[in-house]
Amino acid sequence: MRYISNTPAQQKEMLGRIGAASIEALLANVPAKARLSRPLGLPAAMAEADLVRHLRALAAKDASADDYSCFLGAGSYDHLVPSPINHLISRGEFFTAYTPYQPEASQGTLRTIFEYQTMMAELTGMDVANASIYDGASSLAEAVLMAHAVTGRNETAFSRGINPLYGQVVETYCEGPDLRLKRVALADGVTDLDALRRAVTDRTAAVVVQYPNFFGCLEDLREAGEIAHAKGALLVVAADPVNLGFLTPPGALGADIVVGEGQGLGVPMSYGGPNLGVFACRAELVRRMPGRLVGATVDRDGHRGFVLTLQTREQHIRREKATSNICTNVALCALMATIYVSIMGKQGLRRVGELATAKAHYAAARLAEVPGVQLRHRAPFFKEFALELPKAPERVVKRLLRDRILAGVPLKAFDRGAKNALLVAVTERRTKDEIDAYAAALAAAVA
Amino acid sequence: MEAKPSYDKLIFELSAPGRFAHSLPDLDVPSADPATLVPAQFVRATPPALPEVSEVDVVRHYSRLSLMNYGVDTHFYPLGSCTMKYNPKINEDMARLPGFARLHPLAPAAASQGALQLMWELARDLAEISGMDHVSLQPAAGAQGEFAGVLMIRAWHLSRGERRHKVLIPDSAHGTNPATTAQAGYQVVQLKSDEAGEVDLADLERHLDEDVAAFMITQPNTLGLFESRIHQITEMCHAKGVQVYMDGANFNAILGITRPGDLGFDVCHFNLHKTFTTPHGGGGPGSGPVGIKAHLAPFLPTPVVVKDGDTGYSLDWNRAQSIGKLQAFWGNFGMLVRAYTYIRTMGPDGLRSVSENAVLNANYILKRLEGDYDRATAGPCMHECVVSARRQKKLGVSATDIAKRLLDLGFYAPTTYFPLIVEEALMIEPTETESKETLDQFCDAMIQIAREAETNPHLLHEAPVTTSVRRLDQTLAARQPVLRWNAGA
Repeated sequence: MRYISNTPAQQKEMLGRIGAASIEALLANVPAKARLSRPLGLPAAMAEADLVRHLRALAAKDASADDYSCFLGAGSYDHLVPSPINHLISRGEFFTAYTPYQPEASQGTLRTIFEYQTMMAELTGMDVANASIYDGASSLAEAVLMAHAVTGRNETAFSRGINPLYGQVVETYCEGPDLRLKRVALADGVTDLDALRRAVTDRTAAVVVQYPNFFGCLEDLREAGEIAHAKGALLVVAADPVNLGFLTPPGALGADIVVGEGQGLGVPMSYGGPNLGVFACRAELVRRMPGRLVGATVDRDGHRGFVLTLQTREQHIRREKATSNICTNVALCALMATIYVSIMGKQGLRRVGELATAKAHYAAARLAEVPGVQLRHRAPFFKEFALELPKAPERVVKRLLRDRILAGVPLKAFDRGAKNALLVAVTERRTKDEIDAYAAALAAAVA
Repeated sequence: MEAKPSYDKLIFELSAPGRFAHSLPDLDVPSADPATLVPAQFVRATPPALPEVSEVDVVRHYSRLSLMNYGVDTHFYPLGSCTMKYNPKINEDMARLPGFARLHPLAPAAASQGALQLMWELARDLAEISGMDHVSLQPAAGAQGEFAGVLMIRAWHLSRGERRHKVLIPDSAHGTNPATTAQAGYQVVQLKSDEAGEVDLADLERHLDEDVAAFMITQPNTLGLFESRIHQITEMCHAKGVQVYMDGANFNAILGITRPGDLGFDVCHFNLHKTFTTPHGGGGPGSGPVGIKAHLAPFLPTPVVVKDGDTGYSLDWNRAQSIGKLQAFWGNFGMLVRAYTYIRTMGPDGLRSVSENAVLNANYILKRLEGDYDRATAGPCMHECVVSARRQKKLGVSATDIAKRLLDLGFYAPTTYFPLIVEEALMIEPTETESKETLDQFCDAMIQIAREAETNPHLLHEAPVTTSVRRLDQTLAARQPVLRWNAGA
């Protein structure tokens, strides 16, 4: 049998040593009544060549960003994944290791996480970042729980500019502790600061905004932070770190906790997962932080080494009193991001932002020239923007698929009022030719 | 003895101003200075302190760091409860097919039929393997699968107009069980294990009442024992309206042998990174699908992958009683492709053989070690065994010392000090992918260590000496946390 190493002769020899007549005899504790008396109803084993053919056929039904011009965003982006990433993460020493419970035999993983924590702290402008959490949405949910734990307050002022898929995850996490999310309306694409001011009270644990927000618009974090801090609440910001080589980091604008989806940092889109949940905060809050943390220390000979630390926050020690139930991080995705940031470096990450925003502004201008098409908001945007189309976007999206263009995300699913709105993302990977082809196809589709 | 690697750099320490590794295109659209496209206050004033390195720097640095790790590809990794089996390479090739790896999660359903079909089939297969009626693939890891399961139980009670407050958990449970339960808003009540290491039925009976929402157990349990009175347990619980949750961490013991659904469980989660060969990656990403019985179906996380004869596969969002979402998209899809590939590779007979050989290997180790270490339980074990180093402890040698010495002898260590109810616990899970030869080498090393504890404990206290660093000062790390690199520090 594939992937099983013992030969029948060895199995027999081992049973002899154990003193059992058969493997069945070893299963004596499984009562007869509990036994499955038939084979599992699964397809028969496939040989490798047949299996590859089958999976290739499945994959061929999907619109890969290799074959289509991808203008989809809303939390997952088609940024460049430089070649060395896949080669390096595929090294079995990284790929097939587990949580560094034995740090002496896990320094490779621990060092990369320490580097990752440093990079995320730098990008977000915060003091400290953890070893990562599942994804941007669950990171945001953990941040809301943490703000509740830090302040002892039960309400959160939650901007409608936050990715609605994140909002749904945060609601799930707020169910148990019975926390209340107060939605704060937008004004022309960004959080309405007057509405925010009215929503924040001395019961507010946190003000939560996204930067740039779901519609691509740039929020005034400094003002949001002042509103939060005036009432003793924390400012929690969701931000995509791939943008933060170019954009002013939230840490410089008053954020107390910064979370985000790090998929853009060299992690494949992979139909939405696995992703990379970034989580960073101010140093004073570190002992309330969820998730793993790697710290520097020394070994017996005085040499530098790295360990998992501050573990008394975590479930395997604290059990029901832990700061979170999270056990694993997403170490492999954090490694991808670490290698990505190393390759892009200080200059490259800024360049990614410059290219994306220049191309996004060009695309917005070209698409808004199409008769009947308008930009939905006037607020400054970065690499993503919403269009108002003259007809239902689902039909436009379907039509443009024929031209091998993934035109954008219709917003009706998230906001019934936005029945003709389409969210368009432009990364550094999109070319002028692709954008021009999109504009031409859109003109034909709405004509 | 391996040579001690002599590398002690962080990527930041290789940095030289002006050096770079990236390859980005020139701007091909007509544009003003990009810095003027957004208002000045949004443009970063000072660049982040990121490394400036070449591609060869990057490749050599991370290759060297990798050499400081033990992994399944290089070492036997008997880490109990973690199922560190071989991760097939074909899984990796399939997960990297562009139609999977380069597919955006919000591509229209018509343009993602392959991915949706794979998810639908995998959920169906996991339901068959577990005897459950439905499976959600969305949870990102085991702990999130638990969270989803407990929230569904909570929603079910509430839908019946019942607000219960407690969840019962045995003292042998993984830490995630109580942490998850607390996060879902429940009070945790810990139950004793009996002398044989199974659920103490009398203690269970005492605690079962109308305020208990669920009983959460691991099957086989963390001592490596199958809870033999499981039918009685689930019946006792159901009689009081209590839902029974199975932590599926140890599913590798029971594939094709028994099914949680047939045992009376209402919910169970899977750890695809344990049982179904998706890589552990140095600590995730995992994948923690959750299976449920039909009465919990209204509460499944949204969206649900559905099959419609006319339109093919799609995501169903229209589920009024759903517990909601757990992560932004549909699950750790890349891991789902790997698990699907594995299940198709093995087929029904192969999966049963997996568990049979996992059980055989664990019992073989237990037999070989029982003369030199104290067994935690009597009788045969399932896929893992727990021994105690209490005998060695009397000689001044701890489970930690044994673990560290194993690193020097070329093995990763078992899980230590878990389950909490066993003194100086060493929890050993060999998995089915290891051969008798490897198990013998490991057992020889363990027996050698037991001798060394008697004759030369100093050697064990000094271990490890062959790894890239020696024992690390955990107290210093926690007292004076250094959680990031700083220039000149």
